[in-house]
Amino acid sequence: MPAVGQNVLRKEGRGKVTGAAKYVDDLSFPGMLYGSTIRSTIPCGRIRSTRPEFDPSEWVVAGVPDIPGKNVIALIEDDQPCLADGRVRHVAEPILLLAHADREALAGAKVAVDYEPETPVYDPAASPRVFKEILIEKGDLGKGFSRAARVVEGEYRTGHQEQLYIECNGVIAVPENGGITVYGSLQCPYYVHKALVVLLGLPPERVRVVQTETGGGFGGKEEYPSMLAGHASILALKAGRPVKMVYDRVEDMLATTKRHPSIVRHRTGVASDGRIVAMDIDVLMDGGAYLTLSPVVLSRGVLHATGPYRCDDVRVHGRVVMTNTPPNGAFRGFGAPQTLFAAEVHMERISEALEMDPVRLRELNLFRPGDTTATGQVLGADCSAAEVLREAVARTGFDARRQALSGTNAGIGLSLFFHGSGFTGGGEVRLASRASLALTPTGARILVGSTEIGQGTRTIHAQIVADALGIPYENVEVSDADTACVPDSGPTVASRTCMVVGKILQNCALEMKARLGSLSPARYLELHGPLVVTREYEKPAELEWSDETYRGDAYGAYGWGCNVAEVERDPDTFEIRPVRLTAVCEIGKAIHPTLAAGQIEGGTAQGIGYAILEEVVFRDGAMANAQMTNYVVPTTLDTPPIDVVILESAYPHGPHGAKGIGEMPIDGPAPAIVNAIRHMGVDLRQIPATPERVMEASCVSP
Amino acid sequence: MADDSRSGFTRRDLVRGALVGAVAATAGAKTPAEADRGIGPGAVPITLQINGQTHRLTAEPRVVLADALRDRLGLTGTKVVCGRGACGACTVLVDGNPVCSCLLLAAEVQGRKITTIEALASDGRMKPIQEAFVAADALQCGFCTSGMVMSCKALLDRTPKPTRDEIRHAVSGNLCRCGTYPHVFDAVERAAGIRTAEGRAHPPDGTPVFQTLAASRTFTSDQRVDAGVAEALDLEEA
Repeated sequence: MPAVGQNVLRKEGRGKVTGAAKYVDDLSFPGMLYGSTIRSTIPCGRIRSTRPEFDPSEWVVAGVPDIPGKNVIALIEDDQPCLADGRVRHVAEPILLLAHADREALAGAKVAVDYEPETPVYDPAASPRVFKEILIEKGDLGKGFSRAARVVEGEYRTGHQEQLYIECNGVIAVPENGGITVYGSLQCPYYVHKALVVLLGLPPERVRVVQTETGGGFGGKEEYPSMLAGHASILALKAGRPVKMVYDRVEDMLATTKRHPSIVRHRTGVASDGRIVAMDIDVLMDGGAYLTLSPVVLSRGVLHATGPYRCDDVRVHGRVVMTNTPPNGAFRGFGAPQTLFAAEVHMERISEALEMDPVRLRELNLFRPGDTTATGQVLGADCSAAEVLREAVARTGFDARRQALSGTNAGIGLSLFFHGSGFTGGGEVRLASRASLALTPTGARILVGSTEIGQGTRTIHAQIVADALGIPYENVEVSDADTACVPDSGPTVASRTCMVVGKILQNCALEMKARLGSLSPARYLELHGPLVVTREYEKPAELEWSDETYRGDAYGAYGWGCNVAEVERDPDTFEIRPVRLTAVCEIGKAIHPTLAAGQIEGGTAQGIGYAILEEVVFRDGAMANAQMTNYVVPTTLDTPPIDVVILESAYPHGPHGAKGIGEMPIDGPAPAIVNAIRHMGVDLRQIPATPERVMEASCVSP
Repeated sequence: MADDSRSGFTRRDLVRGALVGAVAATAGAKTPAEADRGIGPGAVPITLQINGQTHRLTAEPRVVLADALRDRLGLTGTKVVCGRGACGACTVLVDGNPVCSCLLLAAEVQGRKITTIEALASDGRMKPIQEAFVAADALQCGFCTSGMVMSCKALLDRTPKPTRDEIRHAVSGNLCRCGTYPHVFDAVERAAGIRTAEGRAHPPDGTPVFQTLAASRTFTSDQRVDAGVAEALDLEEA
């Protein structure tokens, strides 16, 4: 029986439910020390001096002079130091590193830092530095507006969001073989590898990065582990002993990346029949103090900024700028939840302005196969915006519910969205990801740099390989993501692990099957010795993209989604309670339907948190609610029943037709919920929709 | 909610501080290093009944149960996540009741019956609730799973046939950022024999389940506008 499409048992399920799975803080090495970080307490200024308030002879203390290579975190641009280079640009910036054998002694160690403070920038609109600017132009905007019967304008704001992976960031650095081995909770072992080679000035073969079982990432362990691994490695090399650094929750929330806040402005020309004839969109994102991944987050943001709507005359202008706050980074959705929130709330406002049914307005304008996006990409036959909308509307009895709830303290709203799978534009070509498959006596072992962080990488990869080889799922093993033995399959991000890496693995398996011929694996090994097949990403011939002009095929494929949210407003406290959420997602093919549903339910729950609960409060450049008691994420009592519908419309270049799924589900809940609040006559254009904001908007709305 | 974390002050710091005065009179003298740190009166003998075995250790009275389990006894299946009882990841059973082991001092649970995740499959065979978690895929990253399983076990021990609402409340203190909640409900209902393991059926309260459908192809680009209007009208009638 084929494994694909079946709900086979997750590879690591037993280890996780018995407590046997080893996460980084469960590991220990002989002679191991514990490390900690002395961080900036001011947002901006020069460091005059540092003075440990303890006897340094018992301690390992490391600073900039102890960095063997370049003091940078190598990523896109080398602008972020591993340790502050004489000045600090955000609160919690690392300044000095300490190690000691007693974990608790570290907690009490104080270092006096004398600063010369400078004036910080917190308002992105007033930032003196633009990290990245992107312009997308299609058609003639002036001509488009000249055809408009109405012009609708609006500004929409989203806040920071904390990934709040349940396991905090942590690594152990072990000096060995004239180099360093790092074990850690991370998404992208080869990102850490690249950063350590530069930071430590070591040849690549002396740096080894091993992913330990990882308690969630959601993007939050994409780039930050390079920083933490750097710190632990500097200490370990200086001490000549293994060093463990595991953040507690407060430090993790204060110091590590969050979702970029955004301000998005729309000016839209609409013809009298409801067709959109001109879109002028301005996107501003707050990157924080260093560039990190901000250009790529902005890119995905602007590429999704129109929403899934056709328009001939479009301009999207995006900027991501510096502020003196901790750098923002990757979080599930990666720029798209921000711009899709704006697009979908704006769509609702257009329907209000035209007094037109919101479903009908979307039906008129949504992308259909053959339509072109803002970058000129012609959408393929798997474009399913109409199908997801139709399914969600029919399933929820949307029109009838909308009428029934009118004038009550409840509302119903919807959002229509899409999400590109894999790296943007030429990104996959530049990554040139590789995957390997090794023959074993009973089947095969998968060798990929892709990580299991809960989403089911091991399981779905094994399903794809099992079917391509024609062997049982149980006979496929999955190697640890260890740079000493797996190839670089690119980062585990961007909803690419199934569609892109899964496809490379499928090709490996098909080649292996051809080489085996009629021989059993055991017989082949006996006759010919070991067999390892390695394949590289192959770009579909029709994909074309220009980074210079931002024209062409931005993504190989898109997933399509529609959410319907029904909410209630507490008449006294103004709290918003989601009553029910319907999530219809078209994802090409569900390799493992239960895992796929889990991704949709999980992303939806995080989207509900983004919409109404999760507010990062900044005070003087620092997160003021950096703990789980007052940064609130959905519990079972906050999460309504989620009705998940998976539609399948195959993408020809995905394994079994699969497209990406991990990120898309978080795009829809916030606009659907805010549109449901709007249904109650409340003009809200900002998230999170906290009781304070809902009360304020309720009191000024008619 | 006036909790201000900018100082980096944690619940464990609070426990340390509060106990310095309370226990100093009865405990042994401080070593010079501990006196410098000002965080405790020195180690005392502690005897714990864990998973049917007696463990004797020497630890400062301020040491919380979670740290004693993980750092002193090597029982790393219990996870520490927030350190202040906000997430439930460190849930263990004390006399059968689910509690946050990051909020309990090891010294105060002497003589009580402590059960951790390691006890559940100690004979190599998973308990029905664990089997159900695997079968229903009621876990993703797994870091909340130990605590989640312990809360579910405590529920089933006292309520063998829980309602959906009882399950929802029983795990409301266990945060799962992966959002596995619907799968957890499914797992508990399977372990309770309320539903069979043949996939997710509609539970009695009508909570929906996911479906996989083939997307139908209706539109082509050249008929888009007219078809779109027709489609909109169809939807209005639906």
